[in-house]
Amino acid sequence: MSNSVLAGRFGQFGGQFVPETLMNALVQLEQEYTKSWASKEFQQQYKYYLNQYSGRPTSLYFAENLTRIFGRAKIYLKREDLNHTGAHKINNVIGQVLLAKRMGKKRIIAETGAGQHGVATATVCAMFGFPCEVYMGAEDIERQSLNVFRMRLLGAKVHQVTSGTCTLKDATNEAIRDWVGNVEDTFYVIGSVVGPHPYPIMVRDFQRIIGDEARQQVLTAEGRLPDYLVACVGGGSNAMGLFYPFYQDTEVKFIGVEAAGLGLETAKHAATISRGSVGVIHGMLTYLLQDRDGQISPVHSISAGLDYPGVGPEHAFLHASKRAKYVAVTDQQALVALEQLCRIEGIIPALESAHALAYLDTLMPQTEAGEIVIVNLSGRGDKDVHTVAKALGGSV
Amino acid sequence: MKNKPILSRIDYRLTSLRQLKKKALITYITAGDPSLELTEQLVMTMEDAGADIVELGIPYSDPLADGPVIQRATRRALESGTNLDSVFATVSRIRSKTQIPLAFLVYYNPILQYGIPRFLRKCYQSGVDGLIIPDLPLEERTELRNILAEMQLPISLIPLVAPTSSQRVQSIVADASGFIYCISSMGVTGQRDNFPPELGDFLKNVKSNTQIPTAIGFGISSPNAVSKLKAHADGVIVGSAIIKVMEDVLNAQGQQEINKEVHAFVKQLAQAL
Repeated sequence: MSNSVLAGRFGQFGGQFVPETLMNALVQLEQEYTKSWASKEFQQQYKYYLNQYSGRPTSLYFAENLTRIFGRAKIYLKREDLNHTGAHKINNVIGQVLLAKRMGKKRIIAETGAGQHGVATATVCAMFGFPCEVYMGAEDIERQSLNVFRMRLLGAKVHQVTSGTCTLKDATNEAIRDWVGNVEDTFYVIGSVVGPHPYPIMVRDFQRIIGDEARQQVLTAEGRLPDYLVACVGGGSNAMGLFYPFYQDTEVKFIGVEAAGLGLETAKHAATISRGSVGVIHGMLTYLLQDRDGQISPVHSISAGLDYPGVGPEHAFLHASKRAKYVAVTDQQALVALEQLCRIEGIIPALESAHALAYLDTLMPQTEAGEIVIVNLSGRGDKDVHTVAKALGGSV
Repeated sequence: MKNKPILSRIDYRLTSLRQLKKKALITYITAGDPSLELTEQLVMTMEDAGADIVELGIPYSDPLADGPVIQRATRRALESGTNLDSVFATVSRIRSKTQIPLAFLVYYNPILQYGIPRFLRKCYQSGVDGLIIPDLPLEERTELRNILAEMQLPISLIPLVAPTSSQRVQSIVADASGFIYCISSMGVTGQRDNFPPELGDFLKNVKSNTQIPTAIGFGISSPNAVSKLKAHADGVIVGSAIIKVMEDVLNAQGQQEINKEVHAFVKQLAQAL
């Protein structure tokens, strides 16, 4: 589909910019992944755990109250927050850990930002009996203390990362360093559609279940395809998972919502596509936030899961080829959207997902009655209550 | 394009060492750690103490192939405001004083942002002889290699091979120049307590695939390690250990003391060769 010319590239984006020590492992991973993804047995196992363990399919919920407020297109929420562990992250982890098992790996490592990927990895490792170590930035450990406790409860070891900006980018560096030292017996479960090939393709395939289900569900409910898909984009796995199965349906518009932090005019945001330029980070050629010397810039978002200076290379491609549109909303707008969904739909969304919801203020007036918007509710917001309380001037 | 690489100062130095049946001592420091003024002095100091080739690390915000020691050096260098232009200026000053071969250890993104042709031209003009790019494996190096070949500059593109490279070695070394950087064992840069027993076989495999000199790096931290490993290759590379020596005197003492300590340490390494 959107893969072209070079293997592992989306247009010019993607690639494998990693130390030589890892190259053989990436080649093996690509082979094993390609073989497994095409195998019936693997597909059955993967679907079994998605359904029985994580509780899929997740519902496509018609948000009637939210729809009424705007009085335009119908709004549906793809309820990834209803997954076991509370976010879409587990879809990918189940796939990768099954691969690790097939490849005979002995140990699992992961990076995490908001902690959702870390919790999902700790969870699936507990079930399959893998020792699990998670790298997490010191700042994220602070703002996502609940998830840190959950990971430890699940038996994972959480490493505090104090290098660089102490967030997701640095946790990823540290996980890569661990992998470089232990590549033969260790499987690195990357949490988003980022990193060197084959990760962006593999993670997208493990997340496409979101879009596959949503497509089926909206056809059943409405008898037609939606007009807009809206999802938040940090690394971009929930968005890629929702968008990908609609790629050929060119009448369906894709909107990726990035984190504008304190505002795009400030230096404190994480709007990689909106404000970044092309470069290399974490093994991939993509858009990133950097200075003129090519040093990666410190970024900011109230949402730890979006606080990342790069973006998946396939999103870079969707942007460059104009198949998708990327916009940004601020911390403040996300907070307002979070509160609104709590009050009128009785759903506490994750701060990440609240970014997608916040864009409805801009999008909905441009829509018409009879149109359909699907918003990916990528995760639930229980993990964020401390951050939200603090931002609203109180405490839990 | 199949131009033969143009010989660099690195090729000449390693060829003459080979003729003398001598091994090469390759030392690494991070440019601008803690200042470019000191970097300039340290290159001269290390040459005087017996270094044959010097690697200068270009500080980068996200050095994912480096361990904690070089990460700290990198941070100090960035805090002192070091960037490619200021390093090129330093290299030019060094070149007015010495012909010691110099290689950059540089991550790919700074090169990409600088512009590949512009970067290579500046390397040549200031006197950089080789490039070691830890995040540019075989599969990704074509563009840079083609531009370099087209520009016909005497700059060696030094590839890294790892113990995990196995059947990849042949294609990696195929059009290399300068030397083959052999990673001693798995992991990032920095001290190791011991080296894997397969190291000898790994180096044999590399040497059976190329005539180009080999050098072992990553974790070589003492004269003792140098004498243990030297039989396996044409050279040894020491980096983090030198930075550790610097760090021990960095806060308390002045530049003179740093030069003195580094000189003494590099001299011990050279004597172990």
